[in-house]
Amino acid sequence: RISRSISTVKLPDLPYDYGALEPYISGQIMELHHTKHHAAYVANLNKALEQQAEAEAKGDVSKVITLQGAIKFNGGGHINHDIFWTNLVPPKDFEPPSGELKALIEGQWKSLDNFINIFNAQTAAVQGSGWGWLGYNKGSGRLEITAMPNQDPLSITGLVPLLGVDVWEHAYYLQYKNVRPDYLKAIWNVVNWKNVADRLAAAKK
Amino acid sequence: MALSMKIQASSLIAGQRRVRPMTGRRAVVIKAALELKAPPYALDALEPHMSKQTLEFHWGKHHRAYVDNMNKQIAGTPLDGKSLEEVVLASWNGGSPTPVFNNAAQVWNHTFFWESMKPNGGGAPTGKLAEAIVRDFGSFEKFKEEFKSAGLTQFGSGWAWLNADKSGQLSLSKTPNAVTPVVEGKTPILTVDVWEHAYYIDVQNRRPDYLTTFIEKLINWDVVAERYAAAQK
Repeated sequence: RISRSISTVKLPDLPYDYGALEPYISGQIMELHHTKHHAAYVANLNKALEQQAEAEAKGDVSKVITLQGAIKFNGGGHINHDIFWTNLVPPKDFEPPSGELKALIEGQWKSLDNFINIFNAQTAAVQGSGWGWLGYNKGSGRLEITAMPNQDPLSITGLVPLLGVDVWEHAYYLQYKNVRPDYLKAIWNVVNWKNVADRLAAAKK
Repeated sequence: MALSMKIQASSLIAGQRRVRPMTGRRAVVIKAALELKAPPYALDALEPHMSKQTLEFHWGKHHRAYVDNMNKQIAGTPLDGKSLEEVVLASWNGGSPTPVFNNAAQVWNHTFFWESMKPNGGGAPTGKLAEAIVRDFGSFEKFKEEFKSAGLTQFGSGWAWLNADKSGQLSLSKTPNAVTPVVEGKTPILTVDVWEHAYYIDVQNRRPDYLTTFIEKLINWDVVAERYAAAQK
């Protein structure tokens, strides 16, 4: 009989104050997004993992299977937001992309502005809830823009997540209401390109 | 033949169609744009349970945008001039929905949603519908729990539905994004919108509170009962 311990996940702290991304993303949104939404994904993921461990111990395969939806929703929610907080930086510390990342973006999309326009068009078009992603394709060595529904993590496509933009309505509604495109214009003022470059470097190892 | 302009009297009714100039033999037909229907109550009438600000955005911006975008998409296509129901079913395209579906179905869903509510709503159904609820769910309390659960477990955006079949059998369902039970061959009689925009202004992340308020204070059981009776015809 194999026995396993489960490890639970923890809600990470933000690397900046809730109000630090203003005026582009309000402190009210950041606080709700972190303390309510991300925290709920963490709590529900941990609960589902515990229930899965109990079911495994009992040999209840049926129950294990029924828990997979909750693990995917909440696990994906945790993974995505964990990445997202590091993808953002206070506007006073903003730096545009440089070095290899800049070269890759310009090589594939001619300019940063053009990349942003294409990313925003695709991300604005996400139906319902989801994320826009810049990912790295290890096989081709190229960057890719794509979108994922709900909380499906980018990793299930094989791409390495570099930069995610949350377009669930909770990410912008209190400030931008229904005008998702305005949120998508604003967020580029607080993108942490250094973090994106670090993720790219790690992916290439 | 002298050219003459005739304005159809029916164009003034129901605000459904724009003026059609008909000139002699060669009628220039401007097809109708489908219109945004107002809720059957003022935008502040559901307070304090659903705020005026929510209605102003939810109906005035979201619902309106679905209508405008749908009209833009179907203008000049074979769907132009069809009824909303026809557009929804056609764009569902047997389960491979076209981009029109995202807008058309949401136009339908939101009108159905406004009409599912009323000021001083909630309470409990009576008569045949109440009996059916007890028969099919065990009790009204059990129905409320399960309807709330359907709304809570629709992950991401979507809707929860109470449906009736021709024999009067009730069932619950939940759908993602714009999907509506109508395209699944079901007859909905009640819905609640669980896209975040439906409740974020009023209760932020607290979807459970939103659903409780909807059930206890907003449902228009008279309309639901009418729909229930109609489903069995």
